[in-house]
Parts: sequence; C-alpha cells; structure tokens
Amino acid sequence: MNTTPRNEFLGGIQAELPILVGVIPFGMIYGALARSAGMPPGAAQAMSAVVFAGSSQFIMAQLWGEATPIFVILVTVLIVNLRHGLYSASIAPYVKHLSSSWKWLLSYLLTDEAYAVAIVHYRQVEDGSGGKVTLETGKQHWYFLGAGLALWSTWQISTAVGILLGAVIPDSLSLDFTLTLTFIALVMPTLKGKGELVAALVGGTVAVIGAAWPLKLGLLCGALTGILAGLWSDRK
Amino acid sequence: MTALWFTMIIAGVITYIIRLMFILLLEKVQISEQVKKGLNLVPPAVFSAIIFPDLFLKNGDLAISFMNGRLIAGLLAIITAWRTKNIVLTVIVGMVVLTVFQVLIQ
Repeated sequence: MNTTPRNEFLGGIQAELPILVGVIPFGMIYGALARSAGMPPGAAQAMSAVVFAGSSQFIMAQLWGEATPIFVILVTVLIVNLRHGLYSASIAPYVKHLSSSWKWLLSYLLTDEAYAVAIVHYRQVEDGSGGKVTLETGKQHWYFLGAGLALWSTWQISTAVGILLGAVIPDSLSLDFTLTLTFIALVMPTLKGKGELVAALVGGTVAVIGAAWPLKLGLLCGALTGILAGLWSDRK
Repeated sequence: MTALWFTMIIAGVITYIIRLMFILLLEKVQISEQVKKGLNLVPPAVFSAIIFPDLFLKNGDLAISFMNGRLIAGLLAIITAWRTKNIVLTVIVGMVVLTVFQVLIQ
C-alpha cells in the first residue's frame, strides 16, 4: 500500500478528532480562567500559541492571578512540562531522517494529544499492522503534522471562545472524559507484552497515589516509575 | 503587563526546548537497546498515568465502587478498545455509559 502526504495528513486529522471533543471545553475553560486571573485578552490568547501546553497554561493563569513570583512560575512550567521530554525521546528515532525545519516544526506541535496519535501510528507502521509502508519510504511525519495542526487550531479557537464568552459548557456534559477515553483506546494496543502491562499498571497506580501532589508530580513520577518497573519486569 | 509577556515567552522557550531537546540530541547519539526498551514503555506508562486518576478518583478521593460512573464507563471502554481497537467506538461507548449512568443516578 502506498501512502501519500495528503492521505497521511488527513489520517492524522481524523485520528485527532475524538480528542478534540475533549480539548474544546478544556481550551474554553482556560480562556475563561485566564481572563478571571486578570490577564488581558491578547496575552491570554498569545499564551495558547507561545506556550501551547494545556496543563501548564492552567497553572500559569492560576499562579499569575495569585501574584506568584515569576521565577516560581517558570520552575513550575518546567516541571509540569518535563514529561514532554519523554515524548521527545520516544519519537526521536522516527523523525531522525527528517530535515531540521520539520524537526523544529514537529517539536513545537509535540503535545500530549498529538504525541498520543502520532506514536501509535508510527508503531503500527513499524510492526506492519498499518499496511506495508516502511518508515524510510513513509510519510508518517505528515500524519503527525495533521494531528498537531488540528489540535493547534482547535486550541487557539477554543481559547478565543473562552476569552470572549467564558466557559459556557455545563459541567454535567463531562466532555473532558473523551480525552481519557481516547487515551484508553490508544494505550490498549500498546500493551503487547509483560513489560508494557507492568509499566501501565505501575504508572497508573503511582499517578493515583500522587494525584494530590503539586506540579503534576504524580503524573511525572507515575510515568518514570512505570517505565522503570516495566524494564525491571522484562530483565533477562 | 510586560512582566506577563516576559514570563510567557520564557515559559514558551522552556517548553519548546523540552520538546525539541531529545529529537535533536538523539540524532547524534546512538541509543542503547536498554534505552530503546525504556522508550517503548513511554506510551503505556504515561497514558496510564493520565487515565488512572480520572477513573479511580472522585473529587480527589479513591472511589472504587459501582457508584463511580467514570470507573464503570472507563472499564467498559477498556474492554471495547481491547476487543475492537476502534478509537471512535471506544469514545462512544464510554460517553454513552457515563451519560446513562449520570441520568440514572441523579
């Protein structure tokens, strides 16, 4: 099966769609929160393009409203976004052959939501479950780009709506749950061996234990202990 | 308000460097088998660390019970994903179960 940039690009957008249902209310809530924290509309909107990382934008808006020292805000952003370093390392082998401009562009788009669909696609292509396309001849970076741009535009627009209208979505709709459900759909096919299963169970459990820890440390510690536990269970 | 813009731009640069760092570094460095194995475990470990708290906690407290709609919906979504590997179907099953649950309980 041959793949074209266009097919890959559209495939990436399509894969991102269910995630976007959950991203829209999230972006709107951020916009509303940033305004109520006293950020001018222009700055609140620019943040979505300059930082482009949901959780850390929420925390920044909150800390800004509480007049937190800038240094503390920056360290917080650093720690909250450290998990993206794991994404960067895990996706690196797949984008190795690309030009620098592609690398710089895709890095900018490397959020939780774009990483999730891109890495699953790369893995499927790699073990042949996604057709006969090899990574060398493949155009999977277009898929990554499609997913990333779909997310990026949705994030900008939903931020703008949140800034203008406030968050008008009733809580009872639970649209944020679509994010979790999409991650479930993406994680299940990755549980191929004992190591993956252990990584998932330990990572999830530690994250539950650490859910109340500040700076999303529960998530970061969960991810790291999950990886280590998975490696340990797979040791020879 | 320049302080806000300053903070934002530095935060953006920090975030960007974190995302770019390994993509640029690993181009030069040969990675070992062990590291490769670890990187393969990033998706299951990170996604579960995002999923579990949303399913098992309710208002910050551990809620392993039939009264926890997100847990029930999540478990059925897990079964759906496992059997069908279909993302859209998994999302639909989860949302329908959660909505039905909320209507019945409230």
